[in-house]
Amino acid sequence: MSEPLLSVEGLEKHFPVTKGLLQRQVAAVKAVDGISFDVVKGETLGLVGESGCGKTTTGRLITRLIEPTGGKILFEGNDITHMSQGRMRPLRRDVQMIFQDPYSSLNPRHTVGAIVGAPFRIQGIKTEHGTKKAVQDILELVGLNPEHYNRYPHEFSGGQRQRIGIARTLALKPKLIIADEPVSALDVSIQAQVVNLLEDLQGELDLTYLVIAHDLSVVRHISDRVAVMYLGKIVELADRKSLYESPMHPYTNALLSAVPIPDPKGRAQRERIRLQGDVPSPLNPPPACRFHTRCWKAQEICKTVEPPLETLATGHQVACHFPENAPTTPEPAVTTA
Amino acid sequence: MVTYIIRRLIWSVVMLSIVSIITFAIFFLVPRLAGATSEDLAARYVGRTASAEQVKVAAEKLGFNDPLVVQYGRFAKGIVVGADYDYGPGVERCPAPCFGYSFLTRLPVWPDLLDRLPVTISLALGAAVIWVIAGVATGVLSALKRGSFFDRAAMSIALAGVSMPIFFTGMVSLVLFSYGLKITVAGGTYTPFLTNPATWAYDLLLPWITLAFLYAAGYARLTRAGMLETMNEDYIRTARAKGLRERTVVVKHGLRGALTPILTIFGLDLGLLLGGAVLTESTYSLPGIGKYAIDAIGRQDLPQVMGVTLVAAFFVVVANLVVDLLYAVVDPRVRLV
Amino acid sequence: MSFLELKDLRVHFPTDDGLVKSVDGLSFALERGKTLGIVGESGSGKSVTSLGILGLHKGGRAKLGGEIWLDGEELVGASAEHVRTLRGKKMAMIFQDPLSAMHPFYTVGSQIVEAYRIHNDVSKKVARKHAIDMLGRVGIPQPDRRVDSYPHEFSGGMRQRAMIAMALSCDPELLIADEPTTALDVTVQAQILDLMRDLQRDFNAALIIITHDLGVVAELADDILVMYGGKCIEYGTAEDIFERPEHPYTWGLLGSMPRLDRDRTERLLPIKGSPPSLINVPAGCAFHPRCTFEDRTGGKASTEVPQLVETEGGHLVRCHLPRDTRRSIWETEIKPSLEAS
Repeated sequence: MSEPLLSVEGLEKHFPVTKGLLQRQVAAVKAVDGISFDVVKGETLGLVGESGCGKTTTGRLITRLIEPTGGKILFEGNDITHMSQGRMRPLRRDVQMIFQDPYSSLNPRHTVGAIVGAPFRIQGIKTEHGTKKAVQDILELVGLNPEHYNRYPHEFSGGQRQRIGIARTLALKPKLIIADEPVSALDVSIQAQVVNLLEDLQGELDLTYLVIAHDLSVVRHISDRVAVMYLGKIVELADRKSLYESPMHPYTNALLSAVPIPDPKGRAQRERIRLQGDVPSPLNPPPACRFHTRCWKAQEICKTVEPPLETLATGHQVACHFPENAPTTPEPAVTTA
Repeated sequence: MVTYIIRRLIWSVVMLSIVSIITFAIFFLVPRLAGATSEDLAARYVGRTASAEQVKVAAEKLGFNDPLVVQYGRFAKGIVVGADYDYGPGVERCPAPCFGYSFLTRLPVWPDLLDRLPVTISLALGAAVIWVIAGVATGVLSALKRGSFFDRAAMSIALAGVSMPIFFTGMVSLVLFSYGLKITVAGGTYTPFLTNPATWAYDLLLPWITLAFLYAAGYARLTRAGMLETMNEDYIRTARAKGLRERTVVVKHGLRGALTPILTIFGLDLGLLLGGAVLTESTYSLPGIGKYAIDAIGRQDLPQVMGVTLVAAFFVVVANLVVDLLYAVVDPRVRLV
Repeated sequence: MSFLELKDLRVHFPTDDGLVKSVDGLSFALERGKTLGIVGESGSGKSVTSLGILGLHKGGRAKLGGEIWLDGEELVGASAEHVRTLRGKKMAMIFQDPLSAMHPFYTVGSQIVEAYRIHNDVSKKVARKHAIDMLGRVGIPQPDRRVDSYPHEFSGGMRQRAMIAMALSCDPELLIADEPTTALDVTVQAQILDLMRDLQRDFNAALIIITHDLGVVAELADDILVMYGGKCIEYGTAEDIFERPEHPYTWGLLGSMPRLDRDRTERLLPIKGSPPSLINVPAGCAFHPRCTFEDRTGGKASTEVPQLVETEGGHLVRCHLPRDTRRSIWETEIKPSLEAS
């Protein structure tokens, strides 16, 4: 395996909760609580989980839109965890972000040309045939008509707007693109267009993606490897095939089982795992294994000892005392994390 | 909730102290910056017949030569325990709360303010009742009949209402109703409510309506905008889907949602007015706080101006506090921690 | 006559830019105890249809045409006041986003009590008891305590359960759910779908599920109606639509969707272009500018509006392609490409 482009080690983000006359900090929302993963050049890592699992916060931490509480972020081997905004600036070219909502993430008063060309101006980059030509090339690349340079976002449909958003991120030839729910606001037929576009661009421009999404089928389609998050922790990380075909963590199993299947024939016989209740609040997450309150396999140890994220098969990491589909049943780890 | 109120109360006291320091500094420093000496200031207190020596003694005794901090300390102490003003020829007692002592009228400021407060409160509260009822009702009807003749007419009148200053509408109304039609008094009279409620209302009718017209116009526009927004909310659709009568939908679900921003503005408006409806009181020669302030400024009676300023600041701060507390009552999502 | 029958329903909105034909000639029938799934993308007219059935367009700017028969009563021509008395009692609705669909200033209980007391002359105390019962039935723990909570104090799943409790409080015979699980997490969505399946059995209501998610309709629906540009373009049993779809748009939807129950395909097969603006619906077949097989209609696609025609045993399709051509395209071109490559 080649060198990781992005490396995240023990990343944490705690939002303080204050109370009382003096606004003392009484607790913390542990939105992201010690997660580690690598993104290798050229691959797509999918980050899935339900609301409140910390996947969006993770994206914002990596792009340094918010300050991490702890841990390290390495980009191409350089520690950027606490790098100043000034020194980050050249790096901002290399890491770009695609947002969920193509309606609110584009300034309605700027033309498409201005939006897509903004990165050139901000970074002070001169291009061979001028910015306009460069922008039009990018518009063509994402499947938009280059003649639409002077139009405004409201003249476009949702799918076209998302293409504009993608064009903006591509302007400076980034190395890593973080896509936060890139298709969830789009119509089904448009989702597929954008998914295909992202795949084509990856091939053509040698891009690396970190895709953050809640839709397990989209993530499976687009990702090479997938990390599953639950309440600020990664519970399972594996390549696409093993994660979807032999998931080890009970939560991953439950997630996959919950996805509605577009096949009415088998619906009566289908075996389903149904979790009870909602995801607990990240303000007061359950101790030790955070999933134990909803897990049907939970035992005493799950309430007292936090399972470490361990490699149980090649490239397949799981944080569970009683994993399913494990190659050999390992002794429950009694090491404290 | 309780800690929130305590915190807000402490904060209010701090706010008032800051306001008093600033006003104090302005009123005591500005004349000096303009070149006035302690003796010049003292001369205003002892009268024109006094000799230079007497003035000098008075300046010393009144503490004009002390540092600003000491002078402010004395002023603040006066509010709590009262103060004696020894200006040479005699000693004037100013009982607590001493907001200053006017040597021009030879009276402490506080009792003056207390005398005038009922006038201002009567004016402000009476007008407030009228403008809230008229403004909100017009706004709701305009929103429901958006684009109709009523809506256009009401909004045109409202635009005129917010554009015309009190001294203009006041004068016009005086000419029309007092001098012309002779159905109201020409201003300048005030009967305390307890003496005769009917005369009280009759005397204040014209000022009320004039003042309310100005505010009602703004409230109508605000209510209309709020209602238009709220009536598009999903929960209105839910209310209709339940089979509620349209009137219940509008009042119980729509108006309740639209009223919160109006509550905020109302608190601030009322707070400001209680500190003196300067223009209205001058136009109609009503002996309220505002008129008092104008007269004090005309006489350059600094202690009086200072007293009015502090009372006005007090009302604004209290109004803010009340609004914040009411907000939590109206909107359960506002959690007071 | 069926319990619910729509005949040529039209909902048109006059605007400054022209007439928006949100729903343009929609007909279907639905019996008690059955579930109809209406599938479509944004602007297809699926939500406007549901609001039309409930009579929520009455008194607005919309122009309604056609007939809606509910249990033998015609609703399009009925007075707004009469339809109001049916709303909430005979027919009820569940909305997409339970957070914005509940009034933030009133407790969950009081909102259910309100819904119940509109149509039932009972004391507040009795209504409150009923609200607690309903909250319990939809699986909210400690309903006697949660009845006094505000919507924002509930989690997303709990809120949608409370919305369902509110809709079912007057025991309606027709329940319309507009994207009931779109705003929810996937594990919660599964719970809500289970709940709706169970409740429908208990209440024996006619259920209409409106969604863009083919997975959701496949889980619940007996019959499926696919809408495009304000019209029904395909109607059939769930098996018809998933096993033997005959409209190119339905094929496109199936090809656009990555599926977890099959091996991963190398490429998704999206529909080109975007859904049409309802002000400028393309002439002829509204779908023809996006249709891959438009050239096989002999030029009729852009000139003539195709009719909704029965192809076999209640399976209706609105397409110019001859029936045999459609079937062979499905069997030889589309179906294999949806399987793993």
